[in-house]
Amino acid sequence: MKQGQILKWGLLVLGLILFLIFAACLALCTGSAGINVMDIPGILLHGQGTIDYGIITGIRLPRIILGLAMGGALSLAGALLQGMFKNPLVEPYTLGISGGASLGVCCNVLFRFHEKLGILAYPISGFIGAGTVIFLVYTLNRDSRHIRSNRMLLTGVMISYVASSLVMLLMAVSKADELQNIVLWIMGSLDEPNVTLIRMALIGSLAGLFASYFFCLDLNALLLGEEAAASLGVDTARTKKWVFIIASFLTGLSVSVAGIIMFVGLIVPHFMRMVAGPDHRILLIASYLGGAAFLVLCDVAARTVISPLELPVGVITGIIGGLVFITALSRKRVTL
Amino acid sequence: MSPAILEIENLALAYDKKSILEQVSFDVSPGELVSIIGPNGTGKTTLIKAVSRQLSLAGGEIRIQGESISTMNSRNLAGRMAVVMQNLEPVAMGVEEYILLGRLPFFKKFQFFETRNDLELAQKYMELTHTRPLADKRMDQISGGERQLAAIARALTQEPALLLLDEPTSHLDITHQVQILDLIRSLTRQLNLAVLMVIHDMNLAAEYSDRLILLDKATGSVRATGTPDQVLTRENMEEVYRVPVRIQRHPVSGKPAVFPISGQSAEAGLLDGTH
Repeated sequence: MKQGQILKWGLLVLGLILFLIFAACLALCTGSAGINVMDIPGILLHGQGTIDYGIITGIRLPRIILGLAMGGALSLAGALLQGMFKNPLVEPYTLGISGGASLGVCCNVLFRFHEKLGILAYPISGFIGAGTVIFLVYTLNRDSRHIRSNRMLLTGVMISYVASSLVMLLMAVSKADELQNIVLWIMGSLDEPNVTLIRMALIGSLAGLFASYFFCLDLNALLLGEEAAASLGVDTARTKKWVFIIASFLTGLSVSVAGIIMFVGLIVPHFMRMVAGPDHRILLIASYLGGAAFLVLCDVAARTVISPLELPVGVITGIIGGLVFITALSRKRVTL
Repeated sequence: MSPAILEIENLALAYDKKSILEQVSFDVSPGELVSIIGPNGTGKTTLIKAVSRQLSLAGGEIRIQGESISTMNSRNLAGRMAVVMQNLEPVAMGVEEYILLGRLPFFKKFQFFETRNDLELAQKYMELTHTRPLADKRMDQISGGERQLAAIARALTQEPALLLLDEPTSHLDITHQVQILDLIRSLTRQLNLAVLMVIHDMNLAAEYSDRLILLDKATGSVRATGTPDQVLTRENMEEVYRVPVRIQRHPVSGKPAVFPISGQSAEAGLLDGTH
């Protein structure tokens, strides 16, 4: 590895970490309770038991951690899938995973599983829905030797349409309060009261990051095309299988915990590719950190724009992400 | 003669049970440049794909350095054989990064960065292929000829015993055709490489190759193998390509050169004339 390259990558990772810390601090300081920024260190150190301490550690901090974990997971999943399919338009939701999760949650609301299983029924039904779609997309497109990428994309898109039509159907026959539940869930939010779930989300998304690094070099080779990668000794079928599984797991996890948050998985990896280049050794970690910071910032905006009311964070990611991306795209040529 | 690097024995290939090639046998020795020629659709590229194990065999055996490729693990194979494919997709990757990917088969488990040795090898083969000035450019910003050179450098960085090339000169002007084939031939000698190349242009094949393998669509097999003089005969050419031809000598190298005869010339009665 060239010396300059390592330095450049190190600086980039450091910069992104600082940016993430900045975003987290900003998120810690903003909110409707109006806690003074300068007071926060004091509250954290000595204010145990006060209301302000409760707000910061009980409400804001979990939300930041969830935002970080989900933003990182979605963005990493996007980077993995874009590399694997060699298609810059692919994002984690293209493969129908979000459609499957929505359908699962719809069924949950309509058939009232949550009355028996408690609040965990939402993420569980979401995860089951996502898992079913992943399994379908994968098995429909696998033969003994390889996975057919383009067909896989097409199947995913179709399943996605079928799932969203079924969701519409279920919404059409559901009652007003159920409808509200479904819509709120689909819009996506980082407001999650269950601490265990937040811990699981963080551990899961970090595990995904760790696992993805086993395939970073193989993904680099896949950029040259499948045949060329095979001639470099890469077991392309195995790599694609695992990358698909990791990306699906990350997407399923984020959809089932935080609902559907659009655009993070499409825009952040693109943006990072412009900044860091196509090498997956840097791209994966950069996408993770960038996505984490981006979602935390978007959540700050979602909480403050019409404060004390809250916008769905997916709306903010869509608007900010889309505009930033179009601006960046018009300045620099982007290719995969 | 040293033992062959590549041995192909009684090979049969098929797509969806439809036979493409049968009874193909030949070998390639170190320091030897062998070209596969034949009309469109005879299975030249299919043959290269079979050797690079992108296609399973319908019969026969392919051995590299005496070992059958069908049981070899893919990294082991990649350490012995490098492939330059026909359609080089322009990727948004630096040329040097691209060339360094040739070291990928030699990465140890949990190794993420290239070693000093890897970097030196990349430099060495960039020097040999004259791609050094391109090092900091991007693959999608250089010309087709330059991309082809970079692909050859990438293949050499694998330090293979056998190099496979699929139409290395297609879509290139004669400047680049000559540049690339000169390079391939000198590398063959200099690095004692065994080179198997698919090439459309039989005159270039004759000019540069030690031996030719002529595939025939009608029989789905090898029509002739041997030196350019043995293979590029009027009879072989007319039967395989189904056009009237004349064979002449290259004015400088003396290698055989094939001249197809146009329909107009034939109609004008020049076919039997003295021209």
